[in-house]
Amino acid sequence: MNLSDLLNQGVTALSAALGRREVSAVEIATAYLDRIEQAQPELNAFITVDREHTLRDALTADSMRAASPTQSLAGIPIAQKDVFCAKGWRTTAGSHMLENFIAPYDSAVVQQLNKQGFVTLGRANMDEFAMGSSNENSYFGPVKNPWDLGRVPGGSSGGSAAAVAAGLAPAATGTDTGGSIRQPAAWCGISGIKPTYGRVSRFGMIAYASSLDQAGMFARSAQDLAILMDVISGHDPRDATSVDRKDSPCAKELDKDIRGLRVGIPKQWFGEGLSAGVKVVVESAIQELVMMGCECVEIDLPMSEQAIPAYYVIAPAEASSNLSRFDGVRFGHRAAQYKDLAELYERSRGEGFGPEVKRRILMGSYVLSHGYYDAYYLQAQRVRRLIANDFERAFTLCDVIAGPVAPTTAFPLGSFGADPVQMYLADLYTIPVNLAGLPALSIPAGFDAGMPVGLQLIGPWWQEARLLQTAHAFQTTTDWHTKRPALYSGLKP
Amino acid sequence: MTRANWEVVIGLETHAQLSTQSKIFSGASVAFGAEPNTQACAVDLGLPGVLPVPNHAAVERAIRFGLAVGAHIAPVSIFARKNYFYPDLPKGYQISQMEIPVVQGGSLRIQTKAGEKIVNLTRAHLEEDAGKSLHEDFQGQSGIDLNRAGTPLLEIVTEPEMRSSEEAVAYARALHALVRWIEICDGNMQEGSFRCDANVSVRPVGQKEFGTRCEIKNLNSFRFLERAIEFEIKRQIELIEEGGQVVQETRLFDPDRDETRSMRSKEDAHDYRYFPDPDLPPLCISEEWIAEVASGMPELPEARRQRYMNELGLTEYDAGLLTATREAGEYFEALRGAAKGADAKLCANWVNGELSAAINRAGLELADAKVNPTQLAGLLVRLTDGTISGKIAKELFEIMWSEGGEADALIESRGLQQISDTGALEGVLKELIAKHPEQVEEYRGGKEKVFGFFVGQAMKATQGKANPAQLNALLKALLLGG
Repeated sequence: MNLSDLLNQGVTALSAALGRREVSAVEIATAYLDRIEQAQPELNAFITVDREHTLRDALTADSMRAASPTQSLAGIPIAQKDVFCAKGWRTTAGSHMLENFIAPYDSAVVQQLNKQGFVTLGRANMDEFAMGSSNENSYFGPVKNPWDLGRVPGGSSGGSAAAVAAGLAPAATGTDTGGSIRQPAAWCGISGIKPTYGRVSRFGMIAYASSLDQAGMFARSAQDLAILMDVISGHDPRDATSVDRKDSPCAKELDKDIRGLRVGIPKQWFGEGLSAGVKVVVESAIQELVMMGCECVEIDLPMSEQAIPAYYVIAPAEASSNLSRFDGVRFGHRAAQYKDLAELYERSRGEGFGPEVKRRILMGSYVLSHGYYDAYYLQAQRVRRLIANDFERAFTLCDVIAGPVAPTTAFPLGSFGADPVQMYLADLYTIPVNLAGLPALSIPAGFDAGMPVGLQLIGPWWQEARLLQTAHAFQTTTDWHTKRPALYSGLKP
Repeated sequence: MTRANWEVVIGLETHAQLSTQSKIFSGASVAFGAEPNTQACAVDLGLPGVLPVPNHAAVERAIRFGLAVGAHIAPVSIFARKNYFYPDLPKGYQISQMEIPVVQGGSLRIQTKAGEKIVNLTRAHLEEDAGKSLHEDFQGQSGIDLNRAGTPLLEIVTEPEMRSSEEAVAYARALHALVRWIEICDGNMQEGSFRCDANVSVRPVGQKEFGTRCEIKNLNSFRFLERAIEFEIKRQIELIEEGGQVVQETRLFDPDRDETRSMRSKEDAHDYRYFPDPDLPPLCISEEWIAEVASGMPELPEARRQRYMNELGLTEYDAGLLTATREAGEYFEALRGAAKGADAKLCANWVNGELSAAINRAGLELADAKVNPTQLAGLLVRLTDGTISGKIAKELFEIMWSEGGEADALIESRGLQQISDTGALEGVLKELIAKHPEQVEEYRGGKEKVFGFFVGQAMKATQGKANPAQLNALLKALLLGG
């Protein structure tokens, strides 16, 4: 296999090639960095690239392999969403506020990956503080969709998804608060997983909405996702919401037979609102699962239509508080001129935050205010409980739930500039999953008018392995996940 | 001002700094007095992405408190965020407990001149302290020291049940003694480890509804607490009697001018936008944990007070003094342990009498007493077995206090033993009788007062060392027997 083909393969192939000493970590990193350099001007998938830092890490990975042949993942490159703090890398969260912030600690996810010898290729672009569904809210400019540069890649982990789709990285980290991994994975035609809330430590991950945020992964296949999940999963005493479990590794369970698996189809998710093109693709994918021996059952998720209003109370409420620490006092952007403390706050925050972040801080402050708390915040928490109950009931009838990730394919840049609510409404199939804390993934299922469509699989709590088995089985009989955007087939090497 | 027409209503909120090694949600040290910002880690600084993790030891101390005041310890309580902006509040919110606190209810017994009173507690909740703003030390700027940020506090809230500054101070003292007794707080008021906010209102005697209250913040001595409340009572009554109205507000006490001043009114009050902290799961406390903490609790002051009265036969006064502080209680227990055979009442008399007087004279704390329990026990053993008399014991105590040393060695070296040798005493008495024939005649003639004269002379002759009981018996026999 030549280097160019190898770069278009995933984690599994790279690991094998590195193991056979056909290629070094430094060679792989150099090649990806060259690709990133070529693609960056139009794609804008990265906020920070530091060639020297990356090559230093690659050299370390090569010596790790030389010292210990069991280090099967050392030298695998990865793009890091710019929300995971990492020593020696600035971490911006896509915001002017943190344009020059370098954390003195590694996030748990980065730490786990570093321990295995993964090589950071750069810091992936994202919507500011992970707020957005199109990556148009980044202070560092929008990311383009590698399948059509006039379209968005999805968000908030748009840079991560675009980088993997364009072949600039074999894998990338992401975070998913309301669909921020699954939706860009679907729109960029790659695989992405959002684990059960509590599966992966949130330590060092800049918070948007703490009770919903969960770190996850992008890759080219479910098989790669399984390997990556096993690296980042696990209890962390530094995160009180991370859970101590002894599940067997996802990669080990990957080849389990899925025949007889009961696939739940939410009857509310295929009606009005779902575009005809996406519907056809998702239904064909489900048909594929049936042909592989799965059994379809209709399920009822009556509360899921309340998910968006509930989410836009809970997430902004938490965000309004989480983002209070960005006050210009200790770190981050501070206004150049201010006459007193109030003005220091107003100007630093006024200048440091973009419009979507300000909008959510205002919404969040409002719903937590005296006199409104019960009507909004508490009510939203009740709805959240009911949504989780819906899923719990559904999972007595089925083993996984299958459905669309988003109602349409990627939309053209600037489509919703004046109407954020319309964009919020597009997260109707992903948000219920976060509210319930369930694991879910998106895998490529086909195309609609040349743009990729994802199939969402949702599992019961802690059943990532089952999701990955199903996705892996699907990918052994289909080849949607191997399709590459033509625009990026000419990258060198 | 006609004070008698008004009833005062006081409730206290006390912040007790919990005596843990590290902060409530981070591993940074809480030691007092370090260089500014040297004891603040990424969590205390509120850096992006870092998360709070509850300190087991802080929760354990809250349980101890709950057990000590007979409160309900919530099996599930919730940490909440109190949101406001201030430079010494790094995250822009304080982690506290709002709707469901860890300690619910409970009560404390206080003693005032009028007698005993029970003060009911509303709640006690865990929270983190803020940092410190230093406005004086920098020209035209403010400094921020975040060493204190994240220090564990237990905020203890009473019902509005106190009716005078005397009761408020008695409560504060009792609470102060209790938190030190159960070793959850060092009680150091200068360092801010124990500070009170007082909610004060007045209402016409007989009125059911409360008057409008004012909250006086951060009173860090019992004297300030008393003076601030007294000032506030006077201010409110005068205001109302002059036709004005009390405005609900937060006030600060200025000890230099002995007055409270408005800090902010209810209208300027923050909307703290409390909500459950999503970084912290509900705080779960199992029955087993409570039982484990209970098994390690010391005997509580009230239980001990009852025991001293019922089992040792001490007076209420003595028992009260000996359980007022952990130090007094421990001194007494140690003394009882070492003073084999000495009567409990005798021990109590000495701790509350001679020892306490000596400490007050010297301006010391009990912990620094110059006669320790073992030394005092040595003295009381000899007093009990008759080696020394009561009078000599007091002299001996003074010697031990000023010069140190053990009772036995001092009795020996200074010849302080009572003369209990009948032969020796008899000699002294016979001499006296021979010397004072007139008085002997008077006594024999029925003038019993003269007996005292002989006792005095005998004591004088023996430098007070005669065993009084033996002296009396012997003297009587000699005088009558002729």
